[in-house]
Amino acid sequence: MMTSLLFRAMDAKAGVFLAILLTVIILVPAANLLLPESHPLHVPTYAVTLMGKYLTYALLALSVDLVWGFCGILSLGHAAFFALGGYAMGMYLMRQIGTRGVYGDPVLPDFMVFLNWQELPWYWYGFDMFWFAALMVLLAPGVLAFVFGWFAFRSRVTGVYLSIITQALTYALLLAFFRNDMGFGGNNGLTDFKDILGFDVQADTTRAGLFAASGIALGLCFLICKIITKSKLGKVLVAVRDAESRTRFLGYRVEHYKLFVWTISAMMAGIAGALYVPQVGIINPGEFAPANSIEVVIWVAVGGRATLVGPVIGAVLVNFAKTWFTAALPDVWLFALGALFVVVTLFLPKGIVGAVGQGWSALAARRKSTSKVKAGSDDPPGSAPAVPVSESGPPKSRMPAPDPQPAE
Amino acid sequence: MTRSTSLLYLDGVSVSFDGFKALNDLSMTIDPGEMRAIIGPNGAGKTTMMDVITGKTRPDTGEVYFNGAIDLTGEDEASIADLGIGRKFQKPTVFESHTVWDNLELALKAPRGPFATLFHAITGAEKTRIENLLNLVRLQDKRDELAAHLSHGQKQWLEIGMLLAQDPKLLLVDEPAAGMTDAETAETAELLKDISKDHSVVVVEHDMTFVRALDVKVTVLHEGSVLAEGSLDHVSGDDRVVEVYLGR
Amino acid sequence: MYLLRRLAIAIGLFLCCTAPGLHPALAQDGLEALRPLVNELAKGKFKETEQQVAALVATGDPAVAPALEALGAGDLFFRKSDGAVFIAEKAGKGYALTDPLTLEPAGEAGRREVSKIKVNNRLRRTIRAALGSLTLMAPDPDVRRAAAEAIFKAKDPDSIEALDAALAQETDPRVQTVMEQARAAAVLNSDLDDSVKLNAIQTLEDKASREALSVLIGAQATASGAVLDAATTAIERINKSLAMWDAAQNVWYGVSLGSVLLLAAIGLAITFGVMGVINMAHGEMVMIGAYVTFVVQELIRSSAPGLFDYSLFIALPLAFLTAGAIGIGIERGVIRFLYGRPLETLLATWGISLILQQAVRSIFGPTNREVGNPEWMSGAFELGHMTITYNRMWIVLFAILVFAGLILVLKKTPFGLYTRAVTQNRRMAASMGIRTPWIDALTFGLGSGIAGIAGVALSQIDNVSPNLGQGYIIDSFMVVVFGGVGNLWGTLVGAMTLGIVNKFLEPYAGAVLGKILVLVFIILFIQKRPRGLFALKGRAVEA
Repeated sequence: MMTSLLFRAMDAKAGVFLAILLTVIILVPAANLLLPESHPLHVPTYAVTLMGKYLTYALLALSVDLVWGFCGILSLGHAAFFALGGYAMGMYLMRQIGTRGVYGDPVLPDFMVFLNWQELPWYWYGFDMFWFAALMVLLAPGVLAFVFGWFAFRSRVTGVYLSIITQALTYALLLAFFRNDMGFGGNNGLTDFKDILGFDVQADTTRAGLFAASGIALGLCFLICKIITKSKLGKVLVAVRDAESRTRFLGYRVEHYKLFVWTISAMMAGIAGALYVPQVGIINPGEFAPANSIEVVIWVAVGGRATLVGPVIGAVLVNFAKTWFTAALPDVWLFALGALFVVVTLFLPKGIVGAVGQGWSALAARRKSTSKVKAGSDDPPGSAPAVPVSESGPPKSRMPAPDPQPAE
Repeated sequence: MTRSTSLLYLDGVSVSFDGFKALNDLSMTIDPGEMRAIIGPNGAGKTTMMDVITGKTRPDTGEVYFNGAIDLTGEDEASIADLGIGRKFQKPTVFESHTVWDNLELALKAPRGPFATLFHAITGAEKTRIENLLNLVRLQDKRDELAAHLSHGQKQWLEIGMLLAQDPKLLLVDEPAAGMTDAETAETAELLKDISKDHSVVVVEHDMTFVRALDVKVTVLHEGSVLAEGSLDHVSGDDRVVEVYLGR
Repeated sequence: MYLLRRLAIAIGLFLCCTAPGLHPALAQDGLEALRPLVNELAKGKFKETEQQVAALVATGDPAVAPALEALGAGDLFFRKSDGAVFIAEKAGKGYALTDPLTLEPAGEAGRREVSKIKVNNRLRRTIRAALGSLTLMAPDPDVRRAAAEAIFKAKDPDSIEALDAALAQETDPRVQTVMEQARAAAVLNSDLDDSVKLNAIQTLEDKASREALSVLIGAQATASGAVLDAATTAIERINKSLAMWDAAQNVWYGVSLGSVLLLAAIGLAITFGVMGVINMAHGEMVMIGAYVTFVVQELIRSSAPGLFDYSLFIALPLAFLTAGAIGIGIERGVIRFLYGRPLETLLATWGISLILQQAVRSIFGPTNREVGNPEWMSGAFELGHMTITYNRMWIVLFAILVFAGLILVLKKTPFGLYTRAVTQNRRMAASMGIRTPWIDALTFGLGSGIAGIAGVALSQIDNVSPNLGQGYIIDSFMVVVFGGVGNLWGTLVGAMTLGIVNKFLEPYAGAVLGKILVLVFIILFIQKRPRGLFALKGRAVEA
């Protein structure tokens, strides 16, 4: 069963992508650990960590693409799932500090001692065990997404309304996690981690390991996304995106489908967050900021939605640009990011991968049509109609979308 | 005219939107195997009636029964579709970014749950069924085209094909001839008559030539309730119907 | 002519009486006239001193109060050489002298050069009563009020008489209130008859203030019999009335927060509600309005300081035009290409908001900018037991005004008619000769301009920084979505409801948790009614 699913999911593009990812996963840590520092190809540890961070962002972008690109749910709150996964991992890392904290309390993390708490809150139980924390990395975002999605999709909240309430969700969590009495370190969050699974988080080998883990997680989640989108389920998702009510009248329970990908996607975002935290060494409520979630969407848009490879490329490119700009020209970064939002939505609606693919198929079609003089269709293939709303008339399409968004 | 022997039974159905009565005490019965044409001027409540039957709109009052026993007012769109009521919209709605083949595959009668579809692998029987449908709606050579690239008439036909793929007991067809050429209209009428041999069909239409070509019992709706019922000749002889249509 | 002169004299007299410090020369003369009387204190024994005190009090001039106070405290000395009287304070080996009337330093004196004017308990009491009545009858109502408040705190039964005298001629109702309370407090603390005390309790109950409550609770501890019963019922009634006032105060805070939300959201209600455009840069329009206010005030400070009180009126049209122009620019430059693609519009306008924020940060710097309150915006007044600050009150009125103006524009002007026509049926409107692109641009400009003038108002109560707008964007969307898209009245009701609910939750849950609860409430509410409180139904929804 699994092999047939896998077989169906693989295509040339996916193969190339996975091969490149695998090469990166092997070469980067190798170049860091095996080559001496003087070697021209040596990769410094900070660069490994930085790239590891990019990979977790790529995974987050992938999870957004799954819901937005394929099912038309524009989540402006995915950073919340990312942060929840991060907090679950952070709690494990806090418990690992043990007596090495400033106050040396064997059970309570420093901030609880500081707040004069006498005992560990119940929701911190179990986080000293890695397997439990790992489970929570999946469950915390998963359950939240499930409950939220259950209500939202069943009530048929769609389009921008859904986007806005996902913003409200992450905003509410932001405010909640800022509170000291939530028991998650308040403003400062969780930090000063010492080790993970017994390895020192600062050590080069651990960092290389985390990088590889991020890469592997990205690869696996990519495969899962590929399996989902290539299956009949994936076709239903696209159908929901393009014509939600039509799908319903075919007998599909749209809310179940949405809930399914929404929850899966949230769990992937949680994994991304869990891998992010040990690499950057801190998790604080700032990760819940509504702006973060919107930024993720632009990574997806830049790379190309509904392409799975696109979001990964987009996340890496945009974050590389961010790193470069904030170091070299900090004042220009927000201008550049803002312009990116505008330019991509106006001129590159399919993103980089979409545009390249479109150009490629247009080229192939031209070659085909010159060899076969008789063209089958009167539309030039490859030039998908820009906005299929002309039938319904502009005033309808201008209403704030009771209908789902048109595909393109 | 009894509930138990009917396929679709509407009794005293009323729907109002902000005081506007879209349906006003509408009663109607469709027998198993019957094909029925529904006509009426704009705002007569034709589309609202479809919405009520398919679960999109809940009636304020009244009963809607399918197969004599199933109360449709308590079901949602998906389960009504599952019960065997298929609907074609006024504006052709097919899945534009899917191929013609995929459109039909999605419509094909099969388990509808997310996990069922996730692990679904297409069977030989399903393939044959899709091939047959492609032949029926004359889209064999368009099977790998994106639905977005089809002409308006082809989209109408594809949607009818999808309707048939669902294998419903009752088909609700909303203005199938809208925007078609005369030749296409005639072909569509033939196709529907063909379909009505083994399905019950309700057709909503404006085009009188089309309704005449169908040659079935006609129900005239006006202001949310039934104005007249009978053969086309019978209803077009009715003074009230003439008044409604010609505004005398 | 005659009448005018009379009037001028009357005003002059009034000024002299109410503000003794106004004419220093005149005041100086008045003080010197008192000096012989003060210097008399150096002579004689207790009996004479008592008469002298009475003579000083008889002048009715509050300028003698410091001397009397010093006398009561044993700080009044006379110089042996000339019999001049001073307030003296120990300084090193000798005394530092202060003139008892002008209160200016008057040099020093050795220990043996001065002698203390002696007082006994009887004298002290006389002095205290005298002092009370002196300050209670001072020309300045603030002084009188402070005196009454002092008595209220001390609950000194000895001052009842003075209070009675003062009450007899008090005209300022606010001072009267304090005096009556003070009297009642003193009565309750005295050993007077129960009937008098019951009257006092009645007085306090009528006042129903927090202070009255504390006095009654104090009295409850010592009272017995009928007085105790009366006090207990009075406390209950006051508690009830105070709870009502608390609720009223909360409603007011809620309305005030609601009108801030309304101001922030109302422009959005046009662009999102009427046009269906998701403008994430809406908050930045508010921010720009606030910065326009800042620039206007800076210009006024540097070139025409006299106009400062009018700065907001100057800023309003400018903010409207600036934000409106930027809005039209955004609509023409970006949004018009994205009609029918709401999610893309959301992303593009978010990008614009980042650009605008960074632009303002680059021009004005990242820190908060100081925007001053004009005179008429500062201060507060009391309404019953509620405190109402002027800036909040003006903002509430302003929000209502803006709302009414907007309704008027949309319902009664040709522009409003065109806007509604275009939003309902674009094609039809276009074929009737309405230039729909212009209407789009102008409507968007209107929404943005309103955000700009909201910024002028918000600059008065919030920090003016590049992040100002971000703080409002989520709240604004919540208001519009909660109220129901496409319905300005819904926005009004939504803003007020959320404002009031927020303020009622705050005392129980705290500000942050209250806000979280409101957010969760809205999230749940949208599940229940996905199209808001005042949703359109029927065919309009299908469109």
